[in-house]
Amino acid sequence: MSQSYNRGLIEDFGRWKEFSAGMWAWIFHKFTGWMLIGYLFTHIAVLSTSIGGAQGETTMVDGEAVNIYTATLQGLEGLFLVRLLEVGLLAVAVFHILNGLRLLMIDLGVGLDAQDKSFYASLVLTGAITVASVPTFLTGVSV
Amino acid sequence: MSTQQAEPESQEAPKDPEMQGAESPAAEKQKGGGMVDQTSTDASELEGETVHIKVFRYDPEVEAKQEPRFDDFHVPFEKGMTVLDAVMYARDEYDSSLTFRHSCRQAVCGSDAFFVNGKQRLGCKTQIADLEQPVRIEPLPHQEVVKDLVVDMDHFYDQMHTVEPYFQQEDLPDGELEEQRQSRENREKVKMSTRCIWCGACMSSCNIAAGDNEYLGPAAINKAYRFAMDEREDEEIKEHRLRILEQEHGVWRCQTQFSCTEVCPKDIPLTEHIQELKREAVKKNLKFW
Ligand code: SF4
Ligand code: FES
Repeated sequence: MSQSYNRGLIEDFGRWKEFSAGMWAWIFHKFTGWMLIGYLFTHIAVLSTSIGGAQGETTMVDGEAVNIYTATLQGLEGLFLVRLLEVGLLAVAVFHILNGLRLLMIDLGVGLDAQDKSFYASLVLTGAITVASVPTFLTGVSV
Repeated sequence: MSTQQAEPESQEAPKDPEMQGAESPAAEKQKGGGMVDQTSTDASELEGETVHIKVFRYDPEVEAKQEPRFDDFHVPFEKGMTVLDAVMYARDEYDSSLTFRHSCRQAVCGSDAFFVNGKQRLGCKTQIADLEQPVRIEPLPHQEVVKDLVVDMDHFYDQMHTVEPYFQQEDLPDGELEEQRQSRENREKVKMSTRCIWCGACMSSCNIAAGDNEYLGPAAINKAYRFAMDEREDEEIKEHRLRILEQEHGVWRCQTQFSCTEVCPKDIPLTEHIQELKREAVKKNLKFW
């Protein structure tokens, strides 16, 4: 028999409803990892304005000459979207850390039977911490 | 190309009263057998009814079946009916071309692993009464389909053989005692890992194995664990085993998704074994000068 049938990738993401806890943990961990890498580059891009700031470069804000570094940060922090992204960043980082601890335990052979529970716990904790952070992140923002 | 064809060729079973009549005495007998009635609620609901199964069909040699599709069968339910019983009934009574593998019918031979309702399971171990209807029965994912529910297992066997799945010991014990005795503790340690029946369910559930054809996969690693942890083998051969396991496509590929552990019909803690071998590999390579 020379022919056979390969069902290909449809088996993987087309079946997301059938994924189990460990699988979701894996996907979320990869996803948040890539998000954090993306954030780091953005972070460095923003920080690079500090070089100009340190050299005394200025920019005009409301007809006033302001240190360019301070102005960049204040401008970003004034945006609702940026504040929202910060809440998101916290959620992403917290989940990645908690799941990272979970993976560390798994590597050490601790609590293997509770791997799904520890994943749910990471999710719940992430949610709680994120919600609790909202007032702090969103104070004084002009929409 | 989607396998989830919306229009399966329906092969409704005529509700043959005679046939059902023939079924019930057997069901009665089972009931009288003093079996503990575990699935009572579900099973009694199904009593006297038919079970709707959707079976994946594909046959490269028949023109009409080259395009995969699902066929529907309505099988008269019998108490204690397993998925394997249902497909066997469908084959015997409705369509003799329906192809699948099975042998022992008691979760020992490992030949009837199917993808049932989105999960790798042994057909003979899975009670129909525990499943949501219609019961979708497909061949194992990530393995090429040869015909209907039969997948090509060659690659799986190749991986199993890579880890040299046999006992290797040069020196036999001296004296009269010729058995190679194992301590109780050591037996306990490898106990679970010896239960593997080579069904391939774990390998089929592993996304990493799906993406990396060279990855040894959970079953082979578990097999290696069974021997690497056996104290009767020499240190030397244990090192040799660890060398096989710690190569690029060995234990380090495992990303602890636990899919294999979840589907293993023999409840082998596969992920746990893989993690333990990772630690062994680290220990072997750690040197403090
Ligand atoms: S480890 Fe479990 S799932 Fe994998 S082949 Fe063996 S019995 Fe089947
Ligand atoms: S028929 Fe042997 S394991 Fe199912």
